Amino acid sequence: MAEAPLLAVESLSVAMGVTPVLEDVSFRIAPGETLGLVGESGCGKSVTALSIMRLLPNPPGRIIGGRILFDGTDMLSLDIGALRAIRGDRIGMIFQEPMTSLNPVYTIGDQIGESLIFHRGMNGRTARSETAKLLDLVGIPAARNQLDRYPHELSGGQRQRVMIAIALACRPRLLIADEPTTALDVTVQAQILDLIGRLRHELGMAVLLITHDLGVVAEFCDRVAVMYAGRIVEEAPAAQLFKQPRHRYTEALLHTMPAANPPGRKLPSISGTVPAPADRGEGCIFAPRCGFAIPRCANELPPLTEPPHRLRCWNPA
Amino acid sequence: MATLLEVVDLATYYATPGATIRAVDGVSFTLAEGEVLGIVGESGCGKSTLGRTVLRLVEPTGGSIRFLGEDITKLDRRAMVRRRRNMQVVFQDPFGSLNPRHRVGEIVVEPLEVHGIGDARSRAARVSELLVLVGLPPDAAGRYPHEFSGGQRQRIAIARALVLEPKLLIADEPVSALDVSIQSQIINLLAELRVRLGLAMLFISHDLSVIRHVSDRIAVMYLGRIVEIASTAEIFDRPTHPYTQALLSAVPHTDPARRRERILLSGEMPDPAKPPSGCAFHTRCRHAMPRCSNERPALAQRPIEGGSREVACYLY
Repeated sequence: MAEAPLLAVESLSVAMGVTPVLEDVSFRIAPGETLGLVGESGCGKSVTALSIMRLLPNPPGRIIGGRILFDGTDMLSLDIGALRAIRGDRIGMIFQEPMTSLNPVYTIGDQIGESLIFHRGMNGRTARSETAKLLDLVGIPAARNQLDRYPHELSGGQRQRVMIAIALACRPRLLIADEPTTALDVTVQAQILDLIGRLRHELGMAVLLITHDLGVVAEFCDRVAVMYAGRIVEEAPAAQLFKQPRHRYTEALLHTMPAANPPGRKLPSISGTVPAPADRGEGCIFAPRCGFAIPRCANELPPLTEPPHRLRCWNPA
Repeated sequence: MATLLEVVDLATYYATPGATIRAVDGVSFTLAEGEVLGIVGESGCGKSTLGRTVLRLVEPTGGSIRFLGEDITKLDRRAMVRRRRNMQVVFQDPFGSLNPRHRVGEIVVEPLEVHGIGDARSRAARVSELLVLVGLPPDAAGRYPHEFSGGQRQRIAIARALVLEPKLLIADEPVSALDVSIQSQIINLLAELRVRLGLAMLFISHDLSVIRHVSDRIAVMYLGRIVEIASTAEIFDRPTHPYTQALLSAVPHTDPARRRERILLSGEMPDPAKPPSGCAFHTRCRHAMPRCSNERPALAQRPIEGGSREVACYLY
């Protein structure tokens, strides 16, 4: 990566109580780039997002090692005031559940305007007119009439648009989107991804998209990092990763998808289940479920190789 | 194949303060013995209500449901309970549908007790047989649901549904709560059981890839009605209803060859309490004509290029 990264996560390790949930996670995002972080439930992708924002509930969550550099600033060294100045300003966030992320007792106009007043020092009136423009931008028509509505009066898709408006109010350089379309129907998902994609180009914003949906990542992201049981196991440009997965977990995951198989044919499956964080063992965490494991895999943790196609596997495809 | 289920003009309305919600509004289809009909649509389209109404877990407002030639909408409660021996259901949430205080053996045996089938010994033997059939360890009977993973709990729910050897299984989003790697195991299990037991299924899902994989035929629902129904290959090779087209085009794929030109719909599904006049889809349809907002197109065989299709649209 020639350009200086906008975000660099270096050897990040996180524990919940005494149990490690994230181990040695490293990745970079260049300005304007979109990185997808994919994996199944419990793989640590949301913990990664919360750690970057320093929003991990503590206790029980603790960052036990590594660095998070945003635009050259070490996020882990910032005090609460400095963090607040970055959150919602230079880094925007959207989450899966717009209903629980929005405050039910404030109008959507107030909630969007809040960050303009806080970060930009706007007065109420300027914030209100800027908010109307933002609603327009995210495709909520007749924006002025919508400003005084409450979250419960909106549909799921509209609420997610409001969340996007809040996240984008200060034109952030990085948007962290954690399962932004998982609660939405597929036709609404298409609208929201189209919207985030267009705004990304207009604002030159980088995106960290966290999802379990491989199709979404394949269509939306420049690069993809695959997580399994608290570690990144593979990372590559999206087209390459989906065309030629090399880690045996990525490969198996893609093969099990119904869409990758002829209708009616028996689907390949991954035997067993993801080990609990306490039972992760010494070697490659995927080894017990891997059809290609060699003796070394059970004892020795494979290192993550260098870009452009990073890989943590002793016996890759 | 003989017809197992014939649903004619089925309607289910919910009365809410100030409005009547037409969750299912005139749905007709048939299901042959051993056939899998996929019901696909987005939230609020009425697909789950349809599944529940077919079992009379929700009472229909109108229309008929003929199961094995008998109109079950006329049956009294006790007769309906007997009928359900042949019609079983698996729900989305394997956490909510299993009683946490009962051991797995008690959960699976319960339908046999309700229907007074066999004695204690034959029931226990049947439960063991079912647990093996769905791929659970033999000692599962003595354990509690919380000791199992999500995928295994769905196996327990499937064992309970199949213990009575039903002819019809209604599977309402059976894999939606599961991770991808677990989904494939449950899809394989349902496919295998279907062949082994000659089971017919109404497979309800919002996930088009899953629906495509398991179904012989597919019905696409929008706002309480079926807008198109055809074989799986016909729907995917050549969707004809503008909503079906938009729905298929919206699915993201990892394989670039599978991507369709995206048709972005404007807005969202209208409130089912206030459905648009005429064709309910006309407010979002890029082909809408004046007629579409006044008259409702019936679901009927309509000529399409090189054949015909059961579709509710004036384009054909």
